[in-house]
Amino acid sequence: MTTANGRLLALGRAETTLLLRNRTALFMAVAMPLCMVAGLRGLLKAQAAQLPGIDLNAALVLNVTGITLLFVVYYNLTAAYVARRGELVLKRMRTGELSDGEILAGTALPSVLLALVQSVLVAGATGVLLNLSAPANPLLSVAGLALAIAVLVPLAALSSAFTRTVETAGITTLPVLLLTMAGSGLLVPYSVMPEWLAIGCRLLPTSSAFQVLRIGWLGTDGTAPVTGFGGTWAPALPYLAGGVAWALATAWAARRWFRWEPRR
Amino acid sequence: MDTSHTEPPARSSAIEAPAIEVLGLHRRYGPAGTVGFDAVRGLDLTVHRGELFALLGTNGAGKTSAVEVIEGLAAPTSGQVRVLGLDPRRDRAAVRPRIGIMLQEGGFPGDLTVAETGRTWASVTSGARPVDEALDLVGLLDRRGVRVKQLSGGERRRLDLAMALLGRPEVLFLDEPSTGLDPEARAATWRLVRELRAQGTTVLLTTHYLEEAEQLADRLAIMHRGRVVTSGTVTEVIAGRPARITFDLPERSGRFESLGLPALPEAQVTADGRRITVQTPRLQSTLTDLLGWAAHQEVTLGSLDARSASLEEAFLAIAASATADTTDPLPALIGSAR
Repeated sequence: MTTANGRLLALGRAETTLLLRNRTALFMAVAMPLCMVAGLRGLLKAQAAQLPGIDLNAALVLNVTGITLLFVVYYNLTAAYVARRGELVLKRMRTGELSDGEILAGTALPSVLLALVQSVLVAGATGVLLNLSAPANPLLSVAGLALAIAVLVPLAALSSAFTRTVETAGITTLPVLLLTMAGSGLLVPYSVMPEWLAIGCRLLPTSSAFQVLRIGWLGTDGTAPVTGFGGTWAPALPYLAGGVAWALATAWAARRWFRWEPRR
Repeated sequence: MDTSHTEPPARSSAIEAPAIEVLGLHRRYGPAGTVGFDAVRGLDLTVHRGELFALLGTNGAGKTSAVEVIEGLAAPTSGQVRVLGLDPRRDRAAVRPRIGIMLQEGGFPGDLTVAETGRTWASVTSGARPVDEALDLVGLLDRRGVRVKQLSGGERRRLDLAMALLGRPEVLFLDEPSTGLDPEARAATWRLVRELRAQGTTVLLTTHYLEEAEQLADRLAIMHRGRVVTSGTVTEVIAGRPARITFDLPERSGRFESLGLPALPEAQVTADGRRITVQTPRLQSTLTDLLGWAAHQEVTLGSLDARSASLEEAFLAIAASATADTTDPLPALIGSAR
């Protein structure tokens, strides 16, 4: 008998091969975050002048991580689901022993791994080059990363249901990409927004997860002074709850609306 | 059946069960009312273990819609489906390792090679045979390094078949397996399906090639508008269907001005201009009468064609009625249904 792990790994391996052979997807996934590092540094420098106490380079790493997750996990995976559906690969896989969850997770595996590897590489490289300070609470950072992935994978599955072709994935994912980037609290801190806008932005699908990541790394969500390991748990708690709620909500919605076959 | 193989007693009822059992299956697309569409409307079907059963039908008869439910890919609107005595949806984890499915169309990523596709499928298939063995069965071993998108349509069908065979399934679902194959590859596929059948594999074959069903099937059913209108062995389905004679009469001028056909007992004669069609339960005697009359009258029967009842005859009668017919099953065919 096959095991769930074995099936998942087999599928993940095939998907990795496919990603490595898809030049466009690979370029988007690898080059995009690197270009971002350069572009964002100037923007954040201006911000740091207004918000003393923020570690500029750590904020840079955070932003690049967030954007990497959005592009590699969300955008790239939406396109991958659409492509597999269009080739009837999803339908064919459903004829075998794989469960529906395994098919979706296995397809997501290389995107998630690539995003994690890139986050670690960017953090590591900037850490060495820019003399980055260590995360205030590494556990929270990891939890934030996990929550972001747990929201973005089902969100990609959901977006694929409203995307007919791989080419249009760039358009259908744009609203979520723009909203979550602008409202993540990473680029524009909530503390400088009008209150109503800040509340709205905090309620976006990925905001909670990104705030957990941010508190774990910087020791603050920008509204309070920087704290150490012990002081980070209390401010992170509402964001942790929000992240879990969004993960559950997107998983439910993906289950409800995901399409296994192209429309005929 | 493999009698040396012992099963735990708890599953003995499942062992006795037919390979496939369908009772009153309905499948509806869309909402209730006139907006939706009933693709399958009360399908009954039993496929015994080790049997090769062919499901035939006109386009849109509901074959694939029905088979998808039997395979467990879709839920029935109502009715009951059992595969190896189990519910193909609720008992998916128990059923899938024991069946193999070949869909009507593809389903493999174009950028993987044949070997990579095989390796991936083998890793998600219980008791998979070696990939090269499966590829060899369908004659694709020398194409193992080729990307799927570079395969011809026929080669892709054969890859699909190889993947369906990977797990040595007890029940094999083949949805139009030879579509797009050249005659040689088709003959090879038929040979392979016969071998599997000889080894005890149950096969549910969906096809619109009548010759394929005639060549391979132990029993068959013809679907029309979501129901089985006739089923049985080829002989049973053909039994009771008339033979057919067609020919052209000469122009009605000169000495043929008042030419009339002879009396042909038991035969039914229809005319379309000069083209005459005679349907008869007794081909030889009707043909003798007709040819005797033609010789006596010194008439040349143009484009003369006489053929016994065939599966094609039965099928065409159903297809022809598709245009004229009401929602009821065909009266002429109910008599031959088992």
